[in-house]
Amino acid sequence: MSEVLISAEKLTKKYDDFLAVDNIDFQVFKGECCGFLGPNGAGKTTTIKMIHCVLPLTSGELTVAGMNVSESPREIKKMIGVAPQEENLDPDFSVITNLLVYSRYFDIPGEDASGRAESLLKFAQLEDKRNVQIDQLSTGMKRRLILARALINEPRVLLLDEPTTGLDPQGRHLIWDKIRSLKKQGVTIILTTHYMDEAAELCDRTLIMDNGKIIELGKPAELVKKHVGEDVLEVDYDPDVLKFLQERFPEARLETAGERIRVFTDQPHGVFEDFLKDFPTKGATIRNANLEDVFLKLTGRQLRE
Amino acid sequence: MKTPDARAKILQLPKLSYRTWKVWRRNLDVFMKTWKVNFFPPLLEPIFYLAVLGTGLGFYIGSSIEGYSYTQFIAPGIVAITIMYSSFFECTYGSFVRMYYQKTFDAIIATPISIEEVIAGEIVWGATRAVIGCGIVLAVVAAFGLISSPLFLLILVVAFFSGLLFSALAMCFTALAPSIDFFNYPQYLFITPMFVLSGTFFPVTKLPETIQIFAQTVLPLTHTVNLTRWLMFGRSEISIFESVLWIAIITPFFFVLAVNLMKRKLIK
Repeated sequence: MSEVLISAEKLTKKYDDFLAVDNIDFQVFKGECCGFLGPNGAGKTTTIKMIHCVLPLTSGELTVAGMNVSESPREIKKMIGVAPQEENLDPDFSVITNLLVYSRYFDIPGEDASGRAESLLKFAQLEDKRNVQIDQLSTGMKRRLILARALINEPRVLLLDEPTTGLDPQGRHLIWDKIRSLKKQGVTIILTTHYMDEAAELCDRTLIMDNGKIIELGKPAELVKKHVGEDVLEVDYDPDVLKFLQERFPEARLETAGERIRVFTDQPHGVFEDFLKDFPTKGATIRNANLEDVFLKLTGRQLRE
Repeated sequence: MKTPDARAKILQLPKLSYRTWKVWRRNLDVFMKTWKVNFFPPLLEPIFYLAVLGTGLGFYIGSSIEGYSYTQFIAPGIVAITIMYSSFFECTYGSFVRMYYQKTFDAIIATPISIEEVIAGEIVWGATRAVIGCGIVLAVVAAFGLISSPLFLLILVVAFFSGLLFSALAMCFTALAPSIDFFNYPQYLFITPMFVLSGTFFPVTKLPETIQIFAQTVLPLTHTVNLTRWLMFGRSEISIFESVLWIAIITPFFFVLAVNLMKRKLIK
């Protein structure tokens, strides 16, 4: 791929005796959308905060557009837009004033600022909410305003930390459309998310983190192929069914978790259909393997809290 | 665990740029949005004090206290208390709410503004609140006909520098506060003693000697009251030079300490 925009080498972040980010290397290319996936506490947000220069590194090297985050935080922050996971819009101001006050932090001159704020209101479909106070907005509107605010400095790099958490499907799809249109404009995007369909939909490459380390990196479709194969058969747990499946598909990976049996195969489509004709099991479903299967296979099913 | 390195960092001089003013401006904008609420109620407080304490209590005190009428005596005290309250509460409760509940600081440091500039901007804003509050009370005091020195406008300068000191002290408490309830400690153990012991309602020189020394060496309000009284009537209990020097030395120290303590709290 093309030019490297963000580069991390042996990047480490340590809090007292907890290693939040453990000696990771990665590169993000200009113009791509790179997904950072991982269970809670994997180190995604910590990595993002180091990229936008608000968390100092413990060790290693991190550069954005060739500039070192420890040496040129102001220059880097000028070219980055951040939509944080935690809503931090200014509740003391209205929607439009949030954008205007934020533009002042970036030294954007007044006339430019109001022009940009107007077009961002339109972009975020918040034109009729311009004078509304922040606490009157719905979750979806707040997320859109956070995205709009992140764009006020016309950033080259956009860091989106769980941009759709808590949104209804309409709200999510609207944000997805916006992210796609930004990508088309050439903005480099780092996206963290817990929704694997979102990552598969939007990301050119995904990077899976766990316990502060990067455990896998690649294009979503390739990762699916590599780790889980083509098709998945899911059926309710039953010892007889399990035994039968093991005999019938000795080469496939079988997983029993909770009350479900899952069979993963990398054989061409159709093997499960044939099987179901011979053995009509109630409630069995056949579906395509997806990124969520990859994620659960690599990071396990144990809760991280 | 304090290494020499960590100790040095706590007194490191912060690097500040013009961006400090952008933080100050944000707070000014919020203040001006509700200017009616911010200007008129503070007008009432000094009126109550002057009317109730000055005339009521003053009646029993008789003609003079160190050569002042009682109303005259407490007027500088009320001005100084306003300076203290406006700045101290702005940078304890006000800053804590912006930092912890509103996440305003997090939002600002994602822009080219640094955390040092955010904290400095907050402290300078606290001092500005002191000037505004002081101006309101001075207007009331003047309306009561209680000012006899033309130097009284310089009290606004005293308000700014004392306000810086109280804001910096407040910001140190904010940096140490695990929750907003923590502010009960400085409020009752620091602010309230100053309210009564700093020459506000009776002369410091009438206190037992150890408390006098305590009031002059530890309580900033003593010096604010002293300077205010001098600028209002041209007379003072404690040397003016001592008060100016005291504020000039203590203020930069706590300003730097506050910025670094907050930085340590917010940037892990």
